[in-house]
Amino acid sequence: MIAIALKMLIGDRAKYFGIIIGLTFASLLITQQAGIFVGLMSRTYGAIEDLRLPDIWVMDKQVQFIDDVKPLQETMVSRVRGVKGVEWAVPLYKGLIKARLDNGAFQTCNVMGLDDSTLIGGPPVMVKGKLADLWRADSVIVDEFGAAEKLGHILPNGETVPLDVGDVMELNDHRAVVVGICKNTRTFQSQPVVYTTYTRATTFAPHERKLLSFVLVKAKPGVDPNALCKTLEHATGQAAYTRDGFEQLTYDYFMKATGIPINFGIAVGLGFLVGTIIAGQTFYNFTLDNLRYFGALKAMGASNHQLLGMILMQALLVGAIGYGLGVGIASVMGWCLRNTELSFRLPAPLLGASAGAVMLICILSALLSIRKVMRLEPAIVFKS
Amino acid sequence: MEMSVLHAIQEFDSSATTADAPAVHCDGVKKHYGEGAARVDALSGIDLEVRIGELLMLVGPSGCGKTTLISVMAGILNPDAGVCRVFGRDFSQMSEKQKTWHRGRTVGFVFQAFNLIPALTAAENVAVPLLIEGMPRKQAIERASNLLDRVELGNRIHSLPNQLSGGQQQRVAIARALIHEPKLIVCDEPTSALDHETGHKVMDLLREIGVGRDRALIIVTHDARIFSFADRIAKMDDGRIVELNSNHNSPAATGEGVKL
Repeated sequence: MIAIALKMLIGDRAKYFGIIIGLTFASLLITQQAGIFVGLMSRTYGAIEDLRLPDIWVMDKQVQFIDDVKPLQETMVSRVRGVKGVEWAVPLYKGLIKARLDNGAFQTCNVMGLDDSTLIGGPPVMVKGKLADLWRADSVIVDEFGAAEKLGHILPNGETVPLDVGDVMELNDHRAVVVGICKNTRTFQSQPVVYTTYTRATTFAPHERKLLSFVLVKAKPGVDPNALCKTLEHATGQAAYTRDGFEQLTYDYFMKATGIPINFGIAVGLGFLVGTIIAGQTFYNFTLDNLRYFGALKAMGASNHQLLGMILMQALLVGAIGYGLGVGIASVMGWCLRNTELSFRLPAPLLGASAGAVMLICILSALLSIRKVMRLEPAIVFKS
Repeated sequence: MEMSVLHAIQEFDSSATTADAPAVHCDGVKKHYGEGAARVDALSGIDLEVRIGELLMLVGPSGCGKTTLISVMAGILNPDAGVCRVFGRDFSQMSEKQKTWHRGRTVGFVFQAFNLIPALTAAENVAVPLLIEGMPRKQAIERASNLLDRVELGNRIHSLPNQLSGGQQQRVAIARALIHEPKLIVCDEPTSALDHETGHKVMDLLREIGVGRDRALIIVTHDARIFSFADRIAKMDDGRIVELNSNHNSPAATGEGVKL
């Protein structure tokens, strides 16, 4: 009976492809939009992901996400270092500082000031130069996207020449020499990222009473970071999060405080709805067209269970094909646009969720058909 | 398989072996459609017996109840009143599941519009009743191919219905009706879409392999050209049998073309 169901499905090419296209479209929309959503949301904590060495971030209690910097007193580093279970603790400056471009325009940069002696908190991948070059006078390292686009030299003909090692730039009226180009995880903010030492960053930054953004902490071997967070909070009166905890805090903020989830949710929901309508209607029409044959099968002794199995098999087959094609196209699109501004991620849970959504579409589509076939009077076969 | 179904099968089989039992016995069968002003009495008390080994034709004007009657006889419709026993068994007393099961194993259908599944080859179409019974596909196709050989379509087993002529399609439909060796074969206008010569060939075939010592054949038809093939002809009008005649010139009566 399965073979009959398969042949009936594939035999009507136009309807078969119609259902497949509907499901592919739905799968593509759901997967692609959700993939961009996940990619975009992962950018919100991209800066945290890049800092793999520290276990814990200590910050002001009011901080809601990575870019929501509320400065601490510099003495906080020493206080943290004095807490039992802390292997080491280093300062991190994170702030927005304006850079002056060749053409006189200003570009806001996201400046990361790393611990002067250890340079902990530096970029994950160096494209040109070395991280240690930050020990040279006035040195900065710029991320490759920033160097290539927003901080590039604009020629008279309008062409942009990427910033390169040896170039000099101006950060808040201070001279800065580019000693390296790095690759980092794209963040939610579109500003170029500039790495320098903590001391230099506080020199570049507009004068404020407190300039320490975060204290990065490494737990001693055998010390549970979650437990250490509690100890640190108790000892310092500040907030302390593990890396995962801080990523979650940032993620939750963007989920709750921005319209991103709603906007993407609408797109994903629309994909689901459109897919259900297209696939459902085509599948239902396919069943209607075959109703006479289902009636004949019923007259010839096919039970409702057998017919149910046939329809479900047909629905699941087109679902699997449509899902595969949709995810495939979404993946190819993501791969082709991997070096652009587009953020796109396809983690396994997302693939599972979109598979579930497509299967739900198929089952909803099949339900209409199943109802029709179950209620079918086999006497239909005697109607000419 | 459920015990109730098994039990019903055993009962059915034992009843079928009863000597002299008619293939079909209808007693006061009534059936109506719609209610109130829209009510139509399709069958108004049918008393009819179809004997084992005979070919009975149901004739009459459109809307006289022929199709409704064969639907009741084949266990597709339940009568509103009266009893219709097929080989001693009353379909209307069975559960839907039992009825479907019995219909699949006891009744063979030849439809006016053939109802061959367009996406299946001739052999696959013929094999459908066996596949419904759960026979392995390879074995079912093999048996279907052998039967197609018998209806002179051995060279068309891989053809799709749209690659066959009307007569060939009807022969495939007949093979499908016979593949599982049903005791009762019900044909609805089997020759209406065929020309005279093809119609006669189809009827020859139906008589040859459809009528036998342990089975009966009921044909609903308007086609006067094939009346001569009937053993008996029941004329219907307005939901009643108005005439029931034996055909002394039938192939059975003359001893031609019938293998009893």
